[in-house]
Amino acid sequence: MATVDRSHRLEHAGSAAADNASSGWADALHDWTTTVDHKKIGIMYVLMSLVFLVIGGVEALLMRWQLFYARNDVLGPSVFNQLFTMHGTTMVFFVGMPILIGIGNYMIPLMVGARDMAFPRLNAFGFWITLFGGLLTYLSFITGAAPEIGWFAYAPLTEHTFDRNAGTDFWALGLLISGIGTIGAAVNFIATILGMRAPGMTMRKMPFFAWTMLWTSFQMLLAIPPLTAALVMILFDRQLGAHFFDVQNGGSAYLWQHLFWFFGHPEVYILILPVFGMVSEVIPVFSRKVLFGYEFMAAATMAIAFISLGVWAHHMFCVGMSRTLDLYFAAASLIVSIPTGIKFFNWLATIYGGRISLASPMLFAFGFLSMFLIGGLTGIMLAAAPFDFQLSDSYFVVGHFHWVLIGGTLFGTFAGIYYWYPKVTGRMLSERLAVWHFWLLYIGFILTFGPMHISGILGMPRRIYTYDPSRDWEWWNQLTTIGALVQTPSYAIFVYNLVTSLWKGKPAGDDPWDAWTLEWTTSSPPPSYNFETEPVVHSRRPLWDLKHPDDPDWQYE
Amino acid sequence: MDAIGRSMLAAAVDGRMADVSIFSPASPQAGWIVELAILALAIIGIIFLVVEGILFYSVWRFRRRQQDADGEPAQVYGSEPIEIAWTAAPTMIVFFLVLVTTRTLWEVEAAPVTPRAGDQSLFVTVIGHQWWWEYRYDSYDGRKLGFITANELHIPIGDDQIARPVHLTLQSGDVCHSFWVPRLGGKVDLIPGRTNLLSFETTEPGLYLGQCAEYCGAQHANMLLRVVAQSHEAFEAWLVQQAQSAVEDPAVAAGKAAFLANSCVNCHRISGTAADGSAAPDLTHLMSRETIAAGQVANTLKNLRKWVHDPQAIKPGVLMPAFGLSDHEENQIVEYLRTLK
Repeated sequence: MATVDRSHRLEHAGSAAADNASSGWADALHDWTTTVDHKKIGIMYVLMSLVFLVIGGVEALLMRWQLFYARNDVLGPSVFNQLFTMHGTTMVFFVGMPILIGIGNYMIPLMVGARDMAFPRLNAFGFWITLFGGLLTYLSFITGAAPEIGWFAYAPLTEHTFDRNAGTDFWALGLLISGIGTIGAAVNFIATILGMRAPGMTMRKMPFFAWTMLWTSFQMLLAIPPLTAALVMILFDRQLGAHFFDVQNGGSAYLWQHLFWFFGHPEVYILILPVFGMVSEVIPVFSRKVLFGYEFMAAATMAIAFISLGVWAHHMFCVGMSRTLDLYFAAASLIVSIPTGIKFFNWLATIYGGRISLASPMLFAFGFLSMFLIGGLTGIMLAAAPFDFQLSDSYFVVGHFHWVLIGGTLFGTFAGIYYWYPKVTGRMLSERLAVWHFWLLYIGFILTFGPMHISGILGMPRRIYTYDPSRDWEWWNQLTTIGALVQTPSYAIFVYNLVTSLWKGKPAGDDPWDAWTLEWTTSSPPPSYNFETEPVVHSRRPLWDLKHPDDPDWQYE
Repeated sequence: MDAIGRSMLAAAVDGRMADVSIFSPASPQAGWIVELAILALAIIGIIFLVVEGILFYSVWRFRRRQQDADGEPAQVYGSEPIEIAWTAAPTMIVFFLVLVTTRTLWEVEAAPVTPRAGDQSLFVTVIGHQWWWEYRYDSYDGRKLGFITANELHIPIGDDQIARPVHLTLQSGDVCHSFWVPRLGGKVDLIPGRTNLLSFETTEPGLYLGQCAEYCGAQHANMLLRVVAQSHEAFEAWLVQQAQSAVEDPAVAAGKAAFLANSCVNCHRISGTAADGSAAPDLTHLMSRETIAAGQVANTLKNLRKWVHDPQAIKPGVLMPAFGLSDHEENQIVEYLRTLK
């Protein structure tokens, strides 16, 4: 393996020497665009997501500006509708999924003791096509208008009859091709996790993050194809005169909703399961205790992955299904809270009796625990179907899913980034800036999304660009906007910290957190081949075994 | 002052209910949902307090201290009895929630009924359009009605003896919409190609506000709902008035001619005239409505003139364009419309 690597580098140096005009920058560019190294691809995924996070955030701020006053007119309906369509699409497809796939890409081979992902070229392909999907979706702005359809794009509003802009075509094509990249990533994770683990690392001895990435990947494999099919159908309708969703010609508007949510609901678990994995790595290390109930946690992950495939129509309680179907989907959705609860209790049990350090990764993991709980509980309210008849499509729902996606996914992802940044760069992030980042985000987040629950209960539907002053939603909307403004600097601080710590940060060493999984045995940043020799594993915490030879884990597992 | 307090103040000032909270039910249907909501809130409130309490306590109690001895705390790998216990507890809570959800589901989603003589029930077909509501009054108390109106739904209130339920048949003329008047009940979508049903009843007279809850394009935000609940007598009088053809006033014959000679007739209907379009609100009794533009602005002379001149100035994106009529023609048409009581 090392020989192959060296010959590759020699070849590379030769081609660079042949091109006299090439500079260091051109070399680096060539290197990054042609790389098949899972670590570089992982970094590119994360950087792409952060760029789109900023874009999606700016879109959100513009919407909050418009909603600050009743009957405000800084944005017209068309612009506002484009903004919420692109905000949702961006955050789900070009921030949420890529950032998790990116972190998985970087960490999974290191954590299972492999030298790369199973299919490095497919991996590079997956990243680039995801990026192109994002760019294609954004090209719609250049054609005159971004889509004005909402991120779930209910037919027949997307039919050519009602939507003559090319924006929707760009949107559908962009999601279609980025979906291909997601499927590639899913296949790669499954092959890597199932086939490339270090000797001794049985399935029961994998780091927990690997379990969650494995089940997430299966979900992606099952959830993305229905979306792809639906996108092909809408493109056929729009471009070739087909009538899949064209009611006037015998199509079905209802069909789109089923196809979309058959993707859309597993999607929200795709966005949360890897985060469960990350915090399950962070919490034990910073509590100085082994993860409580590993097998039950793994089983709960599997249960969530399976049950979540059968709950999609809880997004459709108001479409007039039969009572029996409403009851089934309500019950199935409530049942998801059981394995989720098991996970939560296991995290609490891990913390209990530990020796807790609230260093930046744990601070964000704490943010995750305290906030994700609320998002889960408001989910129970929404799962009770008749209650959902009132709450569905109101601002309560907007508050709920942002609570899950920011309070859950984003806080957990930040925990992961603070945890693994030293491994990736060899430098520590500033803890002082991390504390600022955390508190501004925590307070700003609560202030933004808390009032949304209340405006929803007071009857405010989502996706409205304006509202009448007589409705008395103004005050709550102003709080929300203020909350967004409190959050904003936290992201700037985070990015500043990421950049300046590259040279200002304290050198990290191999194992700055005194952690236990394989990625901490190699250098920071790891060499391109990850490990000089193939690691051999006897337990879930190989470094614990090394650090405590008198009391190794494998005696207890 | 909190929002609820201010909304009550607004109601006191102009005599209108600006309250659209799901927690001020005015129908049994909305009331049953509130009962379920309070139960669900109580359960999750307790879970919230207990779990957050344990979390905050643990993080504080087990924080790392200076005086901590070196070495790691006791490692606990798990416990089967504990896992079984905290699987069983949420399972029981879920089971209970499924039961109460079922009860409310069966209460709220009543079996469909059909009109029959003396049923003391109102049947209306609601058709959602971009971005207004068409109401086809089908029958009341078993009598066929057959007139069409728009944007302001009038319903009778019940009393101690007679409930006078309202049964809506929900359809869409174009894209998906959703009928949501929070104080009268949960929302039901209007989906092209499907027919949905929504039933509610109320004993409190008044104006109930709501709006479209499913994103339906540019003016989704201004597809507002107004439900006027009135006494049985007032409602009967309103029915009689609405069933009549449009008022014929010779004084505005020129305006009527201008209306009929322009594109207005392609979309609007005024019964008793040649205007028989169905793509826009029925104007037969326009002046019996308090608002125009689907509840967006008051039905005043000024607003009506502004609308006829350029609807886009009030409601950007609305499907009615500015027709570029002369001032004279606009005035004539508005004068004519003002007679449509």
